[in-house]
Amino acid sequence: MSNIFLLMLSAILTENFIFLKFYGICPFLGVSEKPDTALGMGMAVTFVMTVSSAVTYAIYDLFLLPFGLEYLTTIAFILVIATLVQFIEMFLRKFIPALYSALGIYLPLITTNCAVLGAALLNVNEGYTFIESLVFGFSAALGFTLAIVLFAGVRERLKFANPPKAFAGMPIILITAGLLAMAFSGFSGISFS
Amino acid sequence: MGTSFLRQMRDGIVTNNPVFVQFLGMCSVLAVTTSVTNAIGMGLSVTAVLICSNLFISLLRNAIPKQVRIASYIIVISGFVTAVELIIKAFLPDLDKSLGLFIPLIVVNCIILARAEAFASKNKPLPSVIDGLASGIGYTVSVVVLAFVRELLGTGIVFAAADGTGGLRILGDWYSPATIFIMPAGAFLTLGFLCAAFNKARSAAAASAEKKAEAAKKTAAPETAEVAE
Repeated sequence: MSNIFLLMLSAILTENFIFLKFYGICPFLGVSEKPDTALGMGMAVTFVMTVSSAVTYAIYDLFLLPFGLEYLTTIAFILVIATLVQFIEMFLRKFIPALYSALGIYLPLITTNCAVLGAALLNVNEGYTFIESLVFGFSAALGFTLAIVLFAGVRERLKFANPPKAFAGMPIILITAGLLAMAFSGFSGISFS
Repeated sequence: MGTSFLRQMRDGIVTNNPVFVQFLGMCSVLAVTTSVTNAIGMGLSVTAVLICSNLFISLLRNAIPKQVRIASYIIVISGFVTAVELIIKAFLPDLDKSLGLFIPLIVVNCIILARAEAFASKNKPLPSVIDGLASGIGYTVSVVVLAFVRELLGTGIVFAAADGTGGLRILGDWYSPATIFIMPAGAFLTLGFLCAAFNKARSAAAASAEKKAEAAKKTAAPETAEVAE
């Protein structure tokens, strides 16, 4: 039990997907203009990553491993994730319209979010059990959400800042992200073993 | 042919540089630039995948139905990525270890999908291959420059091997390495500053081109006036 808790804490803080591992930078830079859209993106990613961790684990364990097809892992996982995202989109639209209207526009973007594929591949590489995979997927996505919401809060202020001309736009955003990453690297001093 | 080749190359490397202008594929850019060796390995892998997938998608451009094109592109791309992954695992195990997951993650690198969608799906095979080559070189040059700065300031050494040994010591013993540059935070900071420098250089180039054009107009103006008379 304590193992699971440690896995969660390290996935959220000491191995934060955005600031320390660089998975999912594209949506992090693209959808972090406002805190509420960032939160929507974070929730959509959390949902998809949790489900896809479970499904890819099952695919790997039930199909790829028994038939010696590990070399197809990347192809199989990206296909599974792409279809899964489509299914989730259709399911939500039909059965939970409220959730769909909140997350719907972010879902198509998630297929090419490397955090989702990254988490699925990490689960396999690290040899996590089913429960561990599920927890890892969920908490890594929570770490993603934490990072993107925090950053959106900062970015909102950044709009009124007046940087040198060459720094306007992306450069100052990247430097701000660097400062946040510095803060997060403070967590890596904590060891859980 | 010659001029269009040059124009395509310039477009991929400078005008539409995938990293410094379009900000595509940021995950791998930030992650693999801890050393120049890693950056070269990653850059060549991405270039190889780009050329192959562009060629293939261009050949199939009339066969792929519009509705399922993105899924088809992803299958083509992931096939080539798996090939590259297996080759690197077999022949360059150290590089494989230090690049880690970012080799299979080339599948979701937006540069490749962007070139497939924006160029290869609409153009003949040869220009598509050139386009892949140009974008690939643009990406490689960008990551190598970024890695050079980070590795130099972070360790004082450049071109260390993938297992962390060897390399060329540029900054002598007097230099105490600023480890922050090879840490994750340094990736964001260095890229931010390099982007700013790139912006500055581009606007300076644009300004000087404008000045030149204006000067040309001034010298040309009297002549045309004479002709008008």
